[in-house]
Amino acid sequence: MIEFLQQLLNGLSLGAIYALIALGYTMVYGVLRFINFAHSDVFMVGAFIGYYLGRHVPAGTLGGGLAVLAAAMAGCAILGMVIERLVYRPLRQAPTLNVLITAIGVSLFLEYGGQIVFGAAPRNFPAIFPETNLHVGQLSISSNQLFVIGVALVLMVGLQLIVFKTKIGTAMRAVALNPQAAQLVGINNDVVIAFTFGLGSALAGAGGILYALNYPSIDPLMGVMPGLKAFVAAILGGIGNIPGAALGGLLLGTVETFVSGSQWSTYKDAIAFAILIVILLFRPAGLLGKFIVEKV
Amino acid sequence: MPFRRHSRLLPVLLALLGASSVLGQEKIKVGEVASLTGKEAAFGQSSHKGTLLAIEEINAAGGVLGQQLELVTEDNQSKQGESATIAKKLISRDKVVALLGEVASSRSLEMAPICQSAKIPMISPSSTNPKVTEIGNYIFRVCFIDPFQGTVMAKFAKSTLKASKVAVLTSVSSAYSVGLAKYFKETFIADGGTVAIEQKYSEGDKDFKAQLTAIKAAGVDLIFVPGYYTEAALIARQARELGLTIPLAGGDGWEAPQLIEIGGAAVEGTYYSTHYSPENKTPAVLEFVKKFQARWGGETPDAMAALGYDSAQVLANAIRRAGTTAGDKVRDALAATTGFDGVTGKTTIDASRNASKSAVIITVKNGRFDFLQEVTP
Repeated sequence: MIEFLQQLLNGLSLGAIYALIALGYTMVYGVLRFINFAHSDVFMVGAFIGYYLGRHVPAGTLGGGLAVLAAAMAGCAILGMVIERLVYRPLRQAPTLNVLITAIGVSLFLEYGGQIVFGAAPRNFPAIFPETNLHVGQLSISSNQLFVIGVALVLMVGLQLIVFKTKIGTAMRAVALNPQAAQLVGINNDVVIAFTFGLGSALAGAGGILYALNYPSIDPLMGVMPGLKAFVAAILGGIGNIPGAALGGLLLGTVETFVSGSQWSTYKDAIAFAILIVILLFRPAGLLGKFIVEKV
Repeated sequence: MPFRRHSRLLPVLLALLGASSVLGQEKIKVGEVASLTGKEAAFGQSSHKGTLLAIEEINAAGGVLGQQLELVTEDNQSKQGESATIAKKLISRDKVVALLGEVASSRSLEMAPICQSAKIPMISPSSTNPKVTEIGNYIFRVCFIDPFQGTVMAKFAKSTLKASKVAVLTSVSSAYSVGLAKYFKETFIADGGTVAIEQKYSEGDKDFKAQLTAIKAAGVDLIFVPGYYTEAALIARQARELGLTIPLAGGDGWEAPQLIEIGGAAVEGTYYSTHYSPENKTPAVLEFVKKFQARWGGETPDAMAALGYDSAQVLANAIRRAGTTAGDKVRDALAATTGFDGVTGKTTIDASRNASKSAVIITVKNGRFDFLQEVTP
């Protein structure tokens, strides 16, 4: 029983990280109908920003940690907006396939460019937040894991508020529904799209810092696997649906952890991707998603 | 006609070119395949520094067979598949007479068939999986093999650390890890211990809490982690976070400064076996440490550097004894290496083309690698 509860805790904290990255994928898809494959590499850049800045703040303080988190989110937001401006905007009228392949190109560029700039060897991420291990009876949870769950929750609620309760959020939903009509009512599509990318990338940056806190070995290819898993989570929950991404992330993290702790641990990645295939076969819109019927 | 005039110059030019290539000192090219970047960069960098030091020393003393040695090094970025391509390139394009590499067993297994079919001798400085030299009679190594290393750690765990119930956490994506785990288990069980639980992970994994939680529930005395340093450091950290205070042990894949850098306080009091320790105060080791520090800015050589150094020295010695750089003669000379005095002890190449060497056990104390004991075969 204790083992089950401990694995559940482990799964929830892993799932919270996947949920955070999945939010970025789902948001950009919701507004632009486009999977930003470079998202997982913005996540990696966030972790590296944290690595370099972490050396200039006092170690293990809440203030210093939050400053690094904010800086990483801001840095990634700028990176996301730059990528959108330089790469995706010129292709806005192009067929979706072209943009998707370009996104893969940006992803590879960031990964291998990162290898040249940062070097391919893994580095140790500094402990920017105060760390303790809490023991509740026989269960252990580290403060970093709790922090991940907490920050993920805050960011998810914040995102829901922005999308449903602010003017820019309404503008985002308008562009998602019908870009031409949105322009006709006076929305500046370019600004809204840039904002969407900025927001999604800021979430990726936060995800990068939180991931690096828990798994302090960072390298330029660190975003590949978590990015793929988060993408599966976003599809699982319903792509374009924000609570769906959260649910998908938590579910995937928990399933992966339980498989990992069992005798089939070698198949944990295979099972994660098998879930993707099964979901797409039987419930293509995901758990919480619904197909939007195009009315002619 | 213009063509007529130039055509008389052509043979003269060709003759001059031919003459210059014969007159110019030709170098003996030795290839090196190393993981200079990537996940196991620490090993490749270390091994390369030791090898280069040996080559420079040999050249300063006049070279081999009156010629200077040239080390042609290529980086495989610790990636699967690259080592075979690099070996092919070094053999066909650079025309190396022998290949030194690789440190990791899985990558040695990739390049060995290429060297065997090209009949170019290959010396692995520190691959310990027995399958490497089984590929063919042109493949050698200057270090011990995992059946020995597994036995050393199993006996240490049982007799010195008094562990009776252990867990084994293996990396399924590395041949080294799978092999070492197997040999450890065999000896440990034969000595009366029990392996209560076995868990697996893949290289590149970051989260081991699931496996460690299952291990914690099994109530073992020790966890054996026969993997590489990048994951071992994270495993140690996460084990401590889960409240596991039992000792962790591993093999020579642990030895890198990153183990302590990433593992921090979590790796204090852990143990691993390796080929050599700079604290072993024999005259050969002391002199080697001094030379290495002078060449590489004060850095103390680890086991990979020492084995890289010895592999180059053994090769040079074999070429001298063979009297030629022809592949088959060098191979025969290598196979006949007996009692070669190296930094890592006396190297004698046996019938399976392995070396019978001692192991040392290291523990991490106060953020440093401390020599604990030497185990002779």
